[in-house]
Amino acid sequence: MTLLTCDKLSVSYNRITALKNVSFHVDDGDYLCIVGENGSGKSTLIKAILQLIGTESGTITLNGIRQTEIGYLPQQTVVQKDFPASVFEVVLSGCLNRKGRNPFYGKAEKALALEKLAELGIATLKNKSYRDLSGGQQQRVLLARALCATRKLIVLDEPVTGLDPLVTTELYATIKELNGKQGIAVIMVSHDIQGVLESANKILHVNVEPVFFGSPSDYLNTSVGQRMTGGTTHA
Amino acid sequence: MLDFFQEFFSYTFIVRAVIVGSLVALCAALLGVSLVLKRFSMIGDGLSHVGFGTITLGIGLNALGLNLAPLSVSLPLVIIAAFLLLRISENSKIKGDAAIALISGSSLAIGVIIAAKTTGMNTDVCNYMFGSILAMKKDDVYLSIALSVVVLILFILFYHKIFAVTFDEAFARATGTKAGIYNMLVALLTAVTIVIGMRMMGALLISSLIIFPALTAMRVCKSFRPVTILSAILSVTCFFTGMLLSFLYSTPAGASVVVVNLIVFCLFSLLGKIRKSGATI
Ligand SMILES: Nc1ncnc2c1ncn2[C@@H]1O[C@H](COP(=O)(O)OP(=O)(O)O)[C@@H](O)[C@H]1O
Ligand SMILES: [Mg+2]
Repeated sequence: MTLLTCDKLSVSYNRITALKNVSFHVDDGDYLCIVGENGSGKSTLIKAILQLIGTESGTITLNGIRQTEIGYLPQQTVVQKDFPASVFEVVLSGCLNRKGRNPFYGKAEKALALEKLAELGIATLKNKSYRDLSGGQQQRVLLARALCATRKLIVLDEPVTGLDPLVTTELYATIKELNGKQGIAVIMVSHDIQGVLESANKILHVNVEPVFFGSPSDYLNTSVGQRMTGGTTHA
Repeated sequence: MLDFFQEFFSYTFIVRAVIVGSLVALCAALLGVSLVLKRFSMIGDGLSHVGFGTITLGIGLNALGLNLAPLSVSLPLVIIAAFLLLRISENSKIKGDAAIALISGSSLAIGVIIAAKTTGMNTDVCNYMFGSILAMKKDDVYLSIALSVVVLILFILFYHKIFAVTFDEAFARATGTKAGIYNMLVALLTAVTIVIGMRMMGALLISSLIIFPALTAMRVCKSFRPVTILSAILSVTCFFTGMLLSFLYSTPAGASVVVVNLIVFCLFSLLGKIRKSGATI
């Protein structure tokens, strides 16, 4: 079943076009990797999907999932790095879209937050302060928060930026596992395409305008695909 | 000791000042946590200057024969300024800081000119700049009680939303929290808090009441709820201590409160450094 369809989407900031005519679709259980140069509109696309910014033309259709039920892992901001919050407080805030009108979290939400912490192997960090964690641990906390917010789709914007290679590999493995075992669809913006080529089943390359949308193996056969992967993995 | 407190509380104006001040200190501390963490501290500072300008405008209008309470001139203008400053800060952090500094300076300048041209640079103006505990009337007591009840209720009801919006606005908005409304709510309540507290604490000093407690609490607490609670407790305690010292040593009340806040901040910074490797609160 198609979860999300993006049709001829265009976005501009103060009349400067950041995205033009981008189309793609994500099915249940898909792993879509969005690639492109710096400033090519990847984050813009993510924000449009989440309705954080308005679009100029084109449509985004969600199917079987509500707008507010997408688990989002934003590109980290400076503010957060030094924020006094416990891991549990952060993860629990992912349940905000579940608690409805109740001003406080109930047992179900707290149990869910604990469950996600355990799933990501950070249960022992529960009462630690977010600002005292390593970069990799912080990303896991934000991933747990995203998982609290969704049942079907997570959207990650450059989740491995600034992480060392080992931690990066581990985080990719965790995301792959979520995708494979739980069937959660993944949309991930990534710089480092090598690391995700074998996990993703769809690649979208944008450079303001769409460059490529299709399977990884097809992507590797295109000249742009070979350039992005350094030409080492010739298909 | 008992005698001292008996004497202290035997003055009606002190009782009023203590009630209004403690409540304002409480509200300011709660709002301050969110403002400081969102890098919006400058909004508090900007608003107090706008508050000064608008209060002198109110006094000026009165001197011209318009019978309006200065507060009723000031409040709506400061609220408008709050929304304006919020917009500026949200849209651009760096230019936002500069824009707020400009607005602060301009409000102060306009206020001083209005004062000089109407009532003259008299004690009134000085009181608005640096505060006067004699300024608190019965109405202020009721107003501050009403305000703090509203702030407390809203803060508790929306605590989790405020946390989410403060920690990560993009995520909060993506999952359906109307972040704009909560930002505006915090800005609005800050505006009201500043206008009520300004005449006692002083336009130039009131913003410390918003910034100090949150910063102090963050030296030692590592999660959001303890920061919030400690910030509120510290704020009220520092206010009360400042008032006592001001009474004991005949120092200006607003300034004394700020100095107590400063001392406590330094102590907590030291404490935070010492137990850096310590356990999580
Ligand atoms: N809020 C904004 N206002 C104006 N221009 C923006 C804004 N956000 C991004 N842009 C511009 O849009 C383009 C795409 O940015 P972005 O989507 O962040 O790129 P990417 O994530 O692929 O690096 C860039 O040229 C950037 O300068
Ligand atoms: Mg980006």
